[in-house]
Amino acid sequence: MTPTREDQHWMYHNMVTSRRFEEAIAKIYFDGKSPVFNMANGPIPGEMHLSDGQEPVAVGVCAHLNPEDIVTATHRPHHQAIAKGVDLDKMAAEIFGKKTGLSGGRGGHMHIFDADVNFACSGIIAQGMGPAVGAALSRKMQGKPGVAVAFLGEGAVNQGAWHEAMNLAAVWNLPFVCVIEDNSWGISVPKEASTAIANNADRAAAYGIKGMRIEGNDPYAIYEAAGEAIARARAGEGPTLLEVETYRLAGHFMGDAEGYRPEGEKDDLFAKDPIPKMRARMLAEGAATEAELDAIEAESAARVEAAITFARNSEDPAPEDALTAVFA
Amino acid sequence: MNKPNERKLTIARAMAEAMQQEMQIDPSVFVMGEDIGALGGVYGNTRGLLDEFGPERIRDTPISETAFIGAAVGAAQDGMRPVVELMFVDFFGVCFDAIYNLMAKNTYFSGGNFKVPMVLMTSTGGGYSDAGQHSQCVYGTFAHLPGMKVVAPSNAYDAKGLMTAAIRDDSPVVYMYHKSLQGMGWLGTEAGATVHVPEETYTVEIGKAKVVRPGKDVTIVSLGMGVHNALKAAAKLEQQGVEAEVIDLVSLVPLDRDTIRASVAKTGRLIVVDEDYMSYGVSGEIIATVTEHDISVLKAAPKRIAFPDVPIPFARVLEQHCLPNPDKIVAAWDEMKAA
Repeated sequence: MTPTREDQHWMYHNMVTSRRFEEAIAKIYFDGKSPVFNMANGPIPGEMHLSDGQEPVAVGVCAHLNPEDIVTATHRPHHQAIAKGVDLDKMAAEIFGKKTGLSGGRGGHMHIFDADVNFACSGIIAQGMGPAVGAALSRKMQGKPGVAVAFLGEGAVNQGAWHEAMNLAAVWNLPFVCVIEDNSWGISVPKEASTAIANNADRAAAYGIKGMRIEGNDPYAIYEAAGEAIARARAGEGPTLLEVETYRLAGHFMGDAEGYRPEGEKDDLFAKDPIPKMRARMLAEGAATEAELDAIEAESAARVEAAITFARNSEDPAPEDALTAVFA
Repeated sequence: MNKPNERKLTIARAMAEAMQQEMQIDPSVFVMGEDIGALGGVYGNTRGLLDEFGPERIRDTPISETAFIGAAVGAAQDGMRPVVELMFVDFFGVCFDAIYNLMAKNTYFSGGNFKVPMVLMTSTGGGYSDAGQHSQCVYGTFAHLPGMKVVAPSNAYDAKGLMTAAIRDDSPVVYMYHKSLQGMGWLGTEAGATVHVPEETYTVEIGKAKVVRPGKDVTIVSLGMGVHNALKAAAKLEQQGVEAEVIDLVSLVPLDRDTIRASVAKTGRLIVVDEDYMSYGVSGEIIATVTEHDISVLKAAPKRIAFPDVPIPFARVLEQHCLPNPDKIVAAWDEMKAA
């Protein structure tokens, strides 16, 4: 299944929006944090995990999703949130800790919740598995349409929560897809040092479900595999495990000196940056014109700038808002 | 002997009846957990539900507490009202991330845009030589962490009304029932827990304590099994001419501080009985509730009877040495009186 011309434009658009967004965040993040790096300072305090390079996974999967479908994501959530259609203004404002943020500043960048598009993320590894499987159960019990997708990093498959939830999804034959973003690094520990097998899709055999690994951080191949998996889920044929090779172009978090990376790895990864690759392919295959892609890029840049401006210009929450919304 | 029109139920049956009635009127309510289907729950609290509602809504799970409690969070956020069972509260060690990082925090982290209307029911308590991985109460651990309502019924009337209220609540409720009150013969049964339960649906307000015995000389505050120990102690004290007022907390979160303060303002003396561990827990919180508000009402230093800060031992003599009982409460009064 090849993405239509329209899908390709959508995918490229969301990849570029995500990249521009991360670039904007990265630039602002260090305001007030130099010469001495103190995470508590600046307009965006706290930890920051950027998704540069991992955009193909988000768009290749989310191209098949509707607002009613459920996504849970991780501590590195911006690309998936954007591809799922999370409100960019409110997301930016949440990352800045503003009153107009999705959660009024209570959650921040690792706790992006948008009920309108059924998106949630959380900060602990493999934590989104249970809630995604439960949402899939809910849809099945209610007879309502919708599949649930849990995005995780390759480090998450060594968590007990991951195995338990995979088994639950399989034993109950739920409309669920687990997408492993294999960027090959769990902070500083390489995959081969943490994980007993090379291909986590092989683990699907343990649950009697289909598993696929997609190489090359290729949005087209991801689109195709995710399309099959999501169609299977929609047809009531149960869960699928996808492992996708991707690249983390940034550090684990902002401020990460990345001394653990082998010499030259970053240069190699930047040479394989999926965004210029997709642009070149679309042009070569006649899926888009230069002018169309330039327009998409301009629109993404403008959209991100507007969101950042909205966030910057928004008010801080009232301090005492901290004491509200504990209970429904 | 039953009075006319009296229908005495065990807590187990009262809990099951509340779930049954809510499932009859609300298709979003379902129950899942280990052995809650054909077995009817290890403690009998889902007995009969599988026959009426079938395996989709009375859903046996794998032994995967992290997965199914996490799944309950996801289902609750998606419009369902799951009741999930953690067979022994002691097992929270394998699944606490799903409980206190997801269930308890998602409402807050979403700014109230995600609701998590679920009930986590779990058995507590010892006294039957099951040792320290199957006998704890850990009330204070759950009550300490924000984002969960916490209730603990001492009798079947409250058990039904609290379960109905918990299922209807839009926030997560941890429903902590005590094995010795459950009405399962093989666990021993506190007779006072089996009381009249109306057939019709009703709720018991979460966050409201009850004065279960009025008195003017000393306030004894407790919950769950401790209420029965307090009532037995009060009966002994009555023989000495002492009128003890007994408060059943019913809920730990929200905590009904007003009822506690009003009682101690009247009696001037406070004894707290808690089967959970002594330090950093419920008993300290109850005392602080009084002392930080108005220490002048106290005629004597407060006393607490709680489980000492040791893991719960197996041997009968060891465990019974540690558990609260009526005699310890009477002894606390004697010390208080002498002071």
